Amino acid sequence: MLPVAALTLIADPIDWSPLWISLATSVTATLVTLVLGVAAAAWRERRGGAGVAVVDGIFLLPLVLPPTVVGFFLLLLFGRQGPLGKVLLRLGTSLVFSWPATVIAAAVISFPLMYLTSLAAIEQVDRHYLQAARTLGASEWRVFREVTLPLAWPGVLAGAILSFARALGEFGATLMIAGNIPGRTATIPIAIYFAVEADDIQRAMVWCAVDVAISLMLLGSLYYWTHAQVPGRARWGRR
Amino acid sequence: MTLEVTITKRLPDFTLDVSLATDNKPLAILGPSGAGKSMLFRCIAGLERPDAGRIVLNDRILFDSRQRIQLPARERRVGMLFQHYALFPHRTVAENILFGLSQRGREEQLKRLAAAIESTHIAGLEHRYPRELSGGEQQRAALARALAIEPEALLLDEPLSALDTHLRSQMEAQLQEVFAGYERPSLLVTHNIEEAYRLGKHLLVLVRGRVAAFGDKEEVFRRPPSLEVARITGCKNFSHARALSPNVVEAVDWGCQLQVAGAIPEALAYVGIRAHHIDFTEASSSAASENNVFPCWLVRSSETPFRITLFLSIHHPPNGLGDYQLQVEVFKEKWQRFRDRPLPWHVRLSPESLLPLAE
Repeated sequence: MLPVAALTLIADPIDWSPLWISLATSVTATLVTLVLGVAAAAWRERRGGAGVAVVDGIFLLPLVLPPTVVGFFLLLLFGRQGPLGKVLLRLGTSLVFSWPATVIAAAVISFPLMYLTSLAAIEQVDRHYLQAARTLGASEWRVFREVTLPLAWPGVLAGAILSFARALGEFGATLMIAGNIPGRTATIPIAIYFAVEADDIQRAMVWCAVDVAISLMLLGSLYYWTHAQVPGRARWGRR
Repeated sequence: MTLEVTITKRLPDFTLDVSLATDNKPLAILGPSGAGKSMLFRCIAGLERPDAGRIVLNDRILFDSRQRIQLPARERRVGMLFQHYALFPHRTVAENILFGLSQRGREEQLKRLAAAIESTHIAGLEHRYPRELSGGEQQRAALARALAIEPEALLLDEPLSALDTHLRSQMEAQLQEVFAGYERPSLLVTHNIEEAYRLGKHLLVLVRGRVAAFGDKEEVFRRPPSLEVARITGCKNFSHARALSPNVVEAVDWGCQLQVAGAIPEALAYVGIRAHHIDFTEASSSAASENNVFPCWLVRSSETPFRITLFLSIHHPPNGLGDYQLQVEVFKEKWQRFRDRPLPWHVRLSPESLLPLAE
């Protein structure tokens, strides 16, 4: 009952923008990682050898590095002196401390989860299905689109949910590259941090409650997808 | 319609080195598990790349290491039936069959779908998912899917091994029907001797990647060239042997001399005889002096519903259950007739049934 009680206790009308910013950022970042993560996993699944370990290392780095370090690197990359920042500046724009920066931070940080989960899902697809598809005249693209992806889909979707959750909780890299601009880059975690810093405990509590609620919903859907939907229960047929 | 394959491929344990040519008659490939049978199929279908060699199907070069030709699997038009069928679990039977027909017009698709369903007798199952089918139905559906693309060659990888005995004979009849109506090269991999014999016209015996025998199936069964081929084609009795004269060999392990019919190979190393080719003769005083007849004692026996296998010690009574030289397989009716006769009985290893074998 605490969240509801906390809501009623707040005197000022609450600024809900961090919720919308967080959701918009997480949804966009998840869509980006979904495409890039699955593409990277599909590419990786076909390759072997020593080079792959290096690529794997680069892909997984955001998972093990402190988010502030990732954010610092992104700042170096997209800042006014950075290679990408210079290009953007020439085009008359800058990403740093803008809403797209929150998406970039969240996408980079959540990419390894998407990549790892979809790689595991793709590797689990019985290769005999792929071989059968090839003998039936299917191109590699069609094999991927019509056989690999549908069969790996539950795992890919689980990866997307994990990525979404990670993107929603992203703080360190976001603060480094996007800052705290209320109404533009202030996501829920950043709103919580600055609420606590300003001694506005009630506001922090409201946002914490919102985060808990969203996380529980995500965990629920993750459970549904990994347990209720795997073969063994009804999936592709009645038996 | 011909398929010619000459390939080598290094595998972890041995090198696959196969040369074969086949026409419209089914070719059965027999060999123990791990002999390279499935790898051979994957090379023909284009799922694996051989190290060297050439694969030609009806004048179409599928693979040629010298000319650097390696047609991808999708362009080979080689139909393959996988051991566990590999039906796409997320597609219905009809969608599985239509998968290979995506390039055709709608009308052509439906015509071929109907034909495939008809020829494999799976009408009524079109809208089921593979999970909802029995093993036999899955196999029919997989066969329908492979046949629908009208492949120029058909490869069946252990098509019956996942089925129970009853379904096996049904599916065997189904395969015979398919082979009869399908005048194109068809290859079938199996490790079941009887299946190979019933379904194949020609027989290739593959041992550790090598062709140990290749020819008309009756010929291979009648005159296996070597010990391993005799063993793989079901022969149970072997003895080291050396030639004494053009038609007499000494069977070292059996401690006797044997008359053989037909030519003795130069590299004679063994003599063998199939368990069901050994005769019992009426025990008479003159029996022992006849050619290839020896007194024998029963060591133990092993029964199946209709036949019995007798383990026999020849020349002398056995010293324990392991002391036997010959395995004889007889129908139980026959066994009933002489089981109560006093030992020793007499076996006859007829010269026509003896197999002189190379190493």
